Amino acid sequence: MADSAFTPAAASALRARTLAPRHTALVRATHWVTAACFVALLVSGLEIVVSHPRFYWGEAGNVHTRPLFKIPIPASRSTVPTGYGYVLPDQNGWSRALHFQTAWVLVLTGLVYVATGLLTAHFRMNLIPRKGQMSRQTLSAVISNHLRLKPPPPAEAWSYNGLQRLTYLFVIFVLFPLIIWTGLAMSPAVVSAVPALVTTLGGQQSARTIHFFVTLLLSLFLIVHIAMIWIAGFRNRTRAMITGQAGTSTEHT
Amino acid sequence: MSKLSRRKLITTGLAATAGVSGLAVATKLARRYGLVPPDHSGIYGPGETLTYAAQRVLTRHSMAREFSPSQISNPPFVNGDPPQDDAFKRLQAGGFADWRLTVDGMVARPASYSISELQKFPSRSQITHLACEEGWSYIAEWTGVALSTVLSAVEPHPQATYVVYFSIDSGWWDSVDMADALHPQTLVAYGLNGGHLPVGNGGPLRLRVPRQLGYKSVKYITRLAVTDDLKRFGKGLGSGSPEAGYAWYAGI
Repeated sequence: MADSAFTPAAASALRARTLAPRHTALVRATHWVTAACFVALLVSGLEIVVSHPRFYWGEAGNVHTRPLFKIPIPASRSTVPTGYGYVLPDQNGWSRALHFQTAWVLVLTGLVYVATGLLTAHFRMNLIPRKGQMSRQTLSAVISNHLRLKPPPPAEAWSYNGLQRLTYLFVIFVLFPLIIWTGLAMSPAVVSAVPALVTTLGGQQSARTIHFFVTLLLSLFLIVHIAMIWIAGFRNRTRAMITGQAGTSTEHT
Repeated sequence: MSKLSRRKLITTGLAATAGVSGLAVATKLARRYGLVPPDHSGIYGPGETLTYAAQRVLTRHSMAREFSPSQISNPPFVNGDPPQDDAFKRLQAGGFADWRLTVDGMVARPASYSISELQKFPSRSQITHLACEEGWSYIAEWTGVALSTVLSAVEPHPQATYVVYFSIDSGWWDSVDMADALHPQTLVAYGLNGGHLPVGNGGPLRLRVPRQLGYKSVKYITRLAVTDDLKRFGKGLGSGSPEAGYAWYAGI
């Protein structure tokens, strides 16, 4: 029975699969809100960095402190020695307001997503790797397909492979919590109430530096994510995330 | 089909009503407990209000972190130039002996203090972190009189809700709510790292609000005004900062 592809259970599963949307309405809505928030946070965050493109480790850091590294760009403040003969216009006012307001939207959206993901078994069904997906053979085949920019097999229009599942879990449960944590660790008021938020990271400037590196990792994820969608079929994959329809309509009766 | 859409209509309607009335109740409660910042309007108003309300609930009595002497940043970073006007230069030439801090507004006993008179109040020293919104920071030991000590000397009216403070640098002013004004670490600071407060760091007199970003710690202060209505100051936003796009509440 287990070997047959035409058991009643499998047939009804197939029918349910073709009728059910690829992504639930909640996943689609939270996906796009998060995407919009990420763009707003990235742009406003870069504007804030421009006012002091130097990064430090520890509690305190300023132009008298040896930086961990500098970004070789001009700054929007004349007090920062950059080697450029000019100062960029100050955009911090709206950037900060946009950054913090968007952070609220992102955090609240993330809470809704994680809460429903746990309640509806979304994580268990769609994101925790299935048995067999984690074998070295399967995983290395997936990785080599990715590296050769090979389009995925049709089944992947309906379900994530092991590498995708691990990546999404890492982004959702490691990178996003880390960017929120390091963001809060830069707040003098929040750390007055919860000092461990910043002391565990090695200091306020360390938190700022980690915040920057996590931003780089999230940006790398975004680039690879879009590249993979492009290879898999941009129209179909994007439609699946907008309307819910995966675009394989051959099973219709 | 029609049954389904009717049910949907009713649930959507109920959810919307609950949402709107929930928001109305939340707004009313927030106003009553002073959780709405003066710059709550405009497109970024909701974010400012959420941040201020959440942090007021979380941090009303929490203490800013203090550091050990070995963590003091050397030298303390000097941001910007001191005031260039003649009034400041004259006072500086006289060693700031004629510097006055007037305290007025909703107080029983308005007063005016010289630096040496302020130094006669019980002093407090604390090693705290000053973080600028730009990203840099330094740790220094600040010495001064707690703002709450100055306030108790002038006896604020019980309905007072904010303390507004003004720099000799015209156009530079700000305000804090009573949670920060009466906080033991909020100082009228006249000393830095064991000496006088240097002009570059805000000397002779600077407000230090260690639970907020550096721009709330206004330099060269000459006046404190106690009030229950920020609309009477400037454009009514509680500070000059929101006019330039910066949040009134800078606890981030």
